[in-house]
Amino acid sequence: MGKILNQRTVIAVLVIFALVFPLIYADNRYVLHVMTIGFIFAISVYGMNLIAGFTGQLSLAHAGFFAIGAYTLGILTTRNEMNFWLALLLAVLLTSAAGLVLGLIALRTKEHFFAIYTLIVGYLIYLLIDKWDGLTGGVRGLIGIPIPDPIGPLTFESATSMYYLVLAFLLLSIFISVRIVRSLTGRTYIAIRNSEELAQTLGINTRINKLVSFVISVAYAGLAGALYASLTRFIGPDVASTNMVFNFLMYLIVGGIGTLSGPLVGTMLFIWLEQFLRSYQEYHLLIFGPILVLMVIFFPTGIVGGFYKIKAKLQHKKLPKESKYFNPVPEKSTEK
Amino acid sequence: MAFIEVKGITKKFGGLTAVDNVDFEIEQGKITAIIGPNGAGKSTFFNLINGFHKPTSGRVFFEGRDITKLPVHLGARLGIARTFQTTHLFEQSTVIDNVIVGHRLRTKSKLFDAVFRTKREKQEEHNAYQKAMESLEFVGMEKIAQVPVSTITQEEKKRLAIALALATDPKVMFLDEPAAGINPDETEGLAQLMKKLAASGITICTIEHKMQMIMGMADKIMVLNQGAKIAEGTPNEIKNNPVVIEAYLGGEPIAEAN
Ligand SMILES: Nc1ncnc2c1ncn2[C@@H]1O[C@H](COP(=O)(O)OP(=O)(O)O)[C@@H](O)[C@H]1O
Ligand SMILES: [Mg+2]
Repeated sequence: MGKILNQRTVIAVLVIFALVFPLIYADNRYVLHVMTIGFIFAISVYGMNLIAGFTGQLSLAHAGFFAIGAYTLGILTTRNEMNFWLALLLAVLLTSAAGLVLGLIALRTKEHFFAIYTLIVGYLIYLLIDKWDGLTGGVRGLIGIPIPDPIGPLTFESATSMYYLVLAFLLLSIFISVRIVRSLTGRTYIAIRNSEELAQTLGINTRINKLVSFVISVAYAGLAGALYASLTRFIGPDVASTNMVFNFLMYLIVGGIGTLSGPLVGTMLFIWLEQFLRSYQEYHLLIFGPILVLMVIFFPTGIVGGFYKIKAKLQHKKLPKESKYFNPVPEKSTEK
Repeated sequence: MAFIEVKGITKKFGGLTAVDNVDFEIEQGKITAIIGPNGAGKSTFFNLINGFHKPTSGRVFFEGRDITKLPVHLGARLGIARTFQTTHLFEQSTVIDNVIVGHRLRTKSKLFDAVFRTKREKQEEHNAYQKAMESLEFVGMEKIAQVPVSTITQEEKKRLAIALALATDPKVMFLDEPAAGINPDETEGLAQLMKKLAASGITICTIEHKMQMIMGMADKIMVLNQGAKIAEGTPNEIKNNPVVIEAYLGGEPIAEAN
């Protein structure tokens, strides 16, 4: 019980911090912009976490789907002058549809084959965007993507208003992730990650469940891409690059794959690290590389996973020897 | 109508015949055991019944229904449960969390229910939890429900795997060497558990190497050797079957082994 209250407090403090952050940096567009970009990437990383961290299928096509979301919104709002919100909805739906089709094929493969296959799919999406001049503007990219249309009195002209809009989507994305992971559906995904064979013997249709979780995770990427397009107002083929997906993966692994706060922790950490190390652009991989290697060796479940592990160890130590089996009243599952 | 009927089943892996034209019937409510040396095709036989492998030829019937080509998860929903030779438990998680998902197949909540935390979701989460708790009680592990699996003993893991199978509400449970890797005292407890399962109405089919355990508990035994059924019968019949003694123990009477 105390643990839950504790967790609630931490979340409340974080949300309040996120809400007042723009008030502190009201005159610093740069800081707000970096933060907003971080939130957008975090949404995408939450998507990756769902399929890779919980269902256990490492998808490396997520930059590709991010780009499909970005380009759908970009093309619809510039060429077709469509209303932003309708374009956003269509961007998410189209990305999901692409995910459904590609997932149907990709999920016939397993483990590294799935990772390699999706990596190739991601690269093909990149090539498609790069070469399909007529639709995507090719290497020149798409410029002049409009900011979101106002909703009644709410306008999105200032950096602060974009920050809040993206924050709202991030909170929604996290909320949905939490709901899914803590549900029977989430248990189903985790069972598949744990052992596909065992999941099947338990009556779980692994094919359908993997496909559904893949499509949701892709929808996250599409949403993030569309928001990104509207924030930066310019997109080029590099949003689909493999660099991008490996960045997402790095945020996820360092933050904590298969944990609920890992994507946020990892993304925000790296977004700001990249800013601080900007003057050493060429060298920053020199720093990130070893961090990543050390993390994978010593903290395979990232910062968040490592934190919980250490905490569990300390708790375990405190218990008297004969009651190694602490047996508190079940917390989660009895809630009505 | 036989409860489970296997007709002329054969499984070839390339040039190797792992299961060779086996006919077999499993009677409801009984304990059936399959014995045979390593590599005899016992696990493969299980995989053919529960659907992991499609046979090269032959058929499998469950309560009169042809399930030869049925996907594994649908077989589970019909009531076919199994455990594996090596347990696939989720070590980082608690005992109870491992078992709750076992009841997933009897629930209907979808993604929508998860996101909106519908009444159905809450009700079914509760049901799954109750079922998991009951299953743990059945195998005598309810006291360590909240303990991480990584900290429990090998024997507890075996029982946990059985609790997990039990949470699926099975009609029949296939146990692949449940007593492997545990000590003789614990073996006795496991035998008791299997009898208790059978008494509760669940048909048991087990693969076992520990002869004493099997002889004292099975209603019927089938002996596989190099994929072929070389004998079947009551423990007494098997014990005194010269073909079995010859093939299985190179001439030593079984009763003395183990
Ligand atoms: N998936 C597989 N692919 C190829 N050969 C297999 C496979 N599964 C089992 N075998 C082979 O089939 C034979 C029977 O194996 P198995 O059924 O595991 O025996 P048992 O469980 O009686 O020890 C062995 O020779 C094994 O190597
Ligand atoms: Mg075997």
